[in-house]
Amino acid sequence: MNIGVLTLSYTNVAYSDLEELFPMKSILAIYRREMNGYFVSPIAYIVIGFFLVATGLVFSLILSFVMQSAMMAAMQQRMGPPPDIDVPMLVIRQFVGFVGTYVMPLLLPMLTMGVYAEERKRGTMEMLMTSPITELQIVLGKFLASLSFFALMLAPTLIYHFVMGQFSEPAMPWRIMWSGYLGLFLLGAVLIAIGSFISSLTENQIIAGVVTFVIFLMLLFLDLTMRNSSSAVGEVFKYLSILQHHETFAQGVIDTSSIIFYVSMAALGVFLTLRNLDSMRWRRA
Amino acid sequence: MIEVEHLTKSYGQARAVNDISFKVEKGEILGFLGPNGAGKTTTMRILTGYLPATGGTARIAGFDVFEQSMEVRKRIGYLPETPPLYPDMAVGDYLAFVARIKGVAAGDVGKRVEAAMKMTNIADRKDWLIKKLSRGYKQRVGIAQAIVHNPDVVILDEPTVGLDPNQIKEVRKLIKDLAGEHTIILSTHILPEVEMTCDRVVIINRGKIAAIDTTSNLTTQLKGGERVRVVVRGGGNGLPGSLSALEGISRVEREGEASGDLSAFMIESEQGTDLRPEIAARIVKEGFDLLELRAVSLSLEDIFMQLTTEEKAA
Repeated sequence: MNIGVLTLSYTNVAYSDLEELFPMKSILAIYRREMNGYFVSPIAYIVIGFFLVATGLVFSLILSFVMQSAMMAAMQQRMGPPPDIDVPMLVIRQFVGFVGTYVMPLLLPMLTMGVYAEERKRGTMEMLMTSPITELQIVLGKFLASLSFFALMLAPTLIYHFVMGQFSEPAMPWRIMWSGYLGLFLLGAVLIAIGSFISSLTENQIIAGVVTFVIFLMLLFLDLTMRNSSSAVGEVFKYLSILQHHETFAQGVIDTSSIIFYVSMAALGVFLTLRNLDSMRWRRA
Repeated sequence: MIEVEHLTKSYGQARAVNDISFKVEKGEILGFLGPNGAGKTTTMRILTGYLPATGGTARIAGFDVFEQSMEVRKRIGYLPETPPLYPDMAVGDYLAFVARIKGVAAGDVGKRVEAAMKMTNIADRKDWLIKKLSRGYKQRVGIAQAIVHNPDVVILDEPTVGLDPNQIKEVRKLIKDLAGEHTIILSTHILPEVEMTCDRVVIINRGKIAAIDTTSNLTTQLKGGERVRVVVRGGGNGLPGSLSALEGISRVEREGEASGDLSAFMIESEQGTDLRPEIAARIVKEGFDLLELRAVSLSLEDIFMQLTTEEKAA
């Protein structure tokens, strides 16, 4: 008990010091406004709805397909021991792979397209940039809000796995599921950071959405063409392919280099957004 | 409170603001008067820290707007030409959000929001979504947003543009009420607005200060003299000569606009005189039918022409 109180007061001191250097209050204000903005906009509900329908459909399709092939394998081997097919693990891997490769690049542009473009169009950017807050606080508040919204969108899909886990024999490979979702979350952070940066380049959210989508599509093609390449160039592109890394997570491998790659890609997106907001001051007529 | 010295802003070759200097004392209302594109908005954006200047300095409450931007931003409220509103937010929530990012202490946010709403007379719309408000209310929410953190300086860019006459009146009254406690800079391209609300005026044209003075001095000086327009029946032959003979009349000119058998004349008299009774008496005495007689104030365009030609002559 005493220790708890001590820690609490200690963090209070640290918090007020931090407040001086790096006011969390302003980040929180931006974050809250952004989250409220999501929940009053129809686009956000459409994205959530579409995401849940698409992932639900994909999950059940994958599940029935994997079960069917497992059953067929079992029938072919009627005489011998039952085949060694881990159905839940296959389902998790394929599901995570599909969501990360196809569903997220399709839907996340819709979450990020308006983040800065709308702010610029409404003229509220001018208000934010003449307020006593730094560009970093604006960018972080918005980034964290988009990321939280994405996490809220992703969380209900865990239910599919829990339901499958109820009927799973052998036991669910939970570790693989969690690492797969960590991969999806980090991939989402990267895609959101890129999408937000593109949104900061224009006043038109439709243009921002389309450009973001096209860039994600190019990433996808790059990923598909390089996937089977074994040349040196192919290896480099494979490392740089944003979509590739989350598959190592889906293998249940939490690879430090993949985490570093994702975090640094997201940081790069945030940094570019920051630079762009800064340069807007110098360019604007 | 505000000191601007040799402020310059260039975009490539073009100079949007060219060597502007002026001072504003605490509690004063300063008007920026000028046609569109004169550099009013650019100057204001530099003062708010939104744009960096190319040259010169600007200080607000002793803080340099570029070097100590954060200190300056805490002390100013700014209403851009289009009020910076989030259409999907309720008025109260919006103002609370602005108060927070302007650095109002968490405990004071509610109090400050109430005060700003009371001041701008929008308390009855607290729970309305901003997109449902009329143009006049939106403008007032914009002003509330600029004063919610109780700043020393309030900068308003064309605060009455796009409002109907009643709303304009309300907003002007509101601005006058804000003065004293706050130092105010407002921009406009409407001369009467400056006359009605401001203590002092800076006239900007093509990025340069054309004139800077108190409102009353400037308006009389600009008018240069009183002008009266008269319309009489008939050709009005001999009238100019007869009127010119009057004491204090400097010029009589026939206007081409009158139609039919009517003649119109523009009569200029010396500064500070009102010769309308004498003019009327003389016209009637000469036997003309006087149909119209009215004092004409200079339009902004005339003033600019005057100022710019005067400068060329000098």
